[in-house]
Amino acid sequence: MNIVIPVALVAIVGLLASCMLSYASKVFAVQEDQLFLDLRAELPGANCGGCGFAGCDDYAHAMAEGGETPCTKCSVGGPAVAKKLASLLGQDAGSMEKKMAFVMCNGTTDNASKLYEYEDIDSCKAAKQLFGGSKTCPYGCIGLGDCVQACEFDAIRIIDGVAVVGRDYCTSCGACAKACPQKLIKIIPESAKVQVRCHNEQKGADARKGCKVACIGCGQCAKVCPKGAITVENNLSKIDPEKCIKCGLCAAKCPTGAIQDVLHTAEQKEKIKKSLQMKEAKEAEKRKEAALKAKAEKEAAAKAAAEAKTEETTKA
Amino acid sequence: MKFVIIIISMVLVNNYPLAQFLGICPFLGVSKDLDSSTGMGIAVTFVMVLATAVTWPIQQLLNRFGIGYLQTVVFILVIAALVQLVEMFMKKSMPALYKSLGIFLPLITTNCAVLGVCITNIDSSYNYIESLVNAFGAGIGFLFAMVVMAGVRTKLVDQSRIPESFRGVPIVLITAAILSLSFMGFNGMFS
Repeated sequence: MNIVIPVALVAIVGLLASCMLSYASKVFAVQEDQLFLDLRAELPGANCGGCGFAGCDDYAHAMAEGGETPCTKCSVGGPAVAKKLASLLGQDAGSMEKKMAFVMCNGTTDNASKLYEYEDIDSCKAAKQLFGGSKTCPYGCIGLGDCVQACEFDAIRIIDGVAVVGRDYCTSCGACAKACPQKLIKIIPESAKVQVRCHNEQKGADARKGCKVACIGCGQCAKVCPKGAITVENNLSKIDPEKCIKCGLCAAKCPTGAIQDVLHTAEQKEKIKKSLQMKEAKEAEKRKEAALKAKAEKEAAAKAAAEAKTEETTKA
Repeated sequence: MKFVIIIISMVLVNNYPLAQFLGICPFLGVSKDLDSSTGMGIAVTFVMVLATAVTWPIQQLLNRFGIGYLQTVVFILVIAALVQLVEMFMKKSMPALYKSLGIFLPLITTNCAVLGVCITNIDSSYNYIESLVNAFGAGIGFLFAMVVMAGVRTKLVDQSRIPESFRGVPIVLITAAILSLSFMGFNGMFS
């Protein structure tokens, strides 16, 4: 019987508290701004924080209060949500480009060599403590899936030891980029379909030793680019997405295949490669001809000079 | 005079985060900048006094039924409900205060420092007024520790060259340890 009084007492306290709270929630109910409610209803509710606010509620509040908060911050909802928000707010959505995450590494188990066998906690951060990961390349994807765990949308997977982004599922919230200890993942415009898929800043020979498809910083892509969109910095090519016209020439030219082109089909790539080779062959021929011509002219000039000399001597 | 001694002892000698190691979580988590740490400190002080005001009578009730051992369970229940109520009340009638304190209130609900002060009041057999003063002193002590920590941390991040392996949480823990050590110096102030 001793148990009855404590149980009853705690139950009564709990009941009183719950009654009080439910009553208070009626009495102290705050009339939320209708605009806020509408905006909040349009937001995806992922609470990923990709917009820079503490969550969807916070972002909706900031927009409802007016001011400078733009309606294009939600990368999860993308342009569709931005448009709806804009019509609610009565402002112009402007041009919001769809973005996505991109993994700057293609060091699959076939391509990249191993430094050692890692058998410990399944975390890239932990593996990085041991000689910067189990792959020879210290810049590459460790492949233990910190990004996979960070992704709220199941859009990134480890395939053959390298993180791969599912283009259809990625919402560009940037959670994976934050989770990656190698800083390998960047958010790029969805239209930037020609990208350097490597992040190795070592010198060419070292980079090549660790991985078959590493960027060796040879600069051939920069030479072949018709728009000058490619620069080589720290032994690593960089494509400026604003200048890039996605012609695919750099991807065709790259000797290691470090530049990834997801715009063209295999056939088109073959075509680009062939035309590039033909063009180069023509140029080489031209150069050869020019060299021959120059040589012949030089010889002729030398001959003439020699003849003139012999003439002079005979005269004398 | 007794009240003064209680307050000084709670602020300096028995400082909650630094000498009794209660409420470490917000002490380390929210002390990144001065503004939020001040907000958190004030919110904790407020909740501590309020919780004491409610739990002290409840303890008398529990004692009457001879079930004083249930204090932890009942206190947690009451404090959680109370903080929720305060949050709703503030949202309705004091929007400005809610904006500055609001986000901290749910965090405090299950803060062990709040529960700690309620239980200490009972254990030290303070009367009602003394309990309230004790709670207020504990809150001020918490606020004080938070502000000192935030000041040190902003200086640490901006101006010192911390070795790479100590950056982030490790240096914060070391800072807290040194702060705590220096607060040990107040021990024996009232012998």
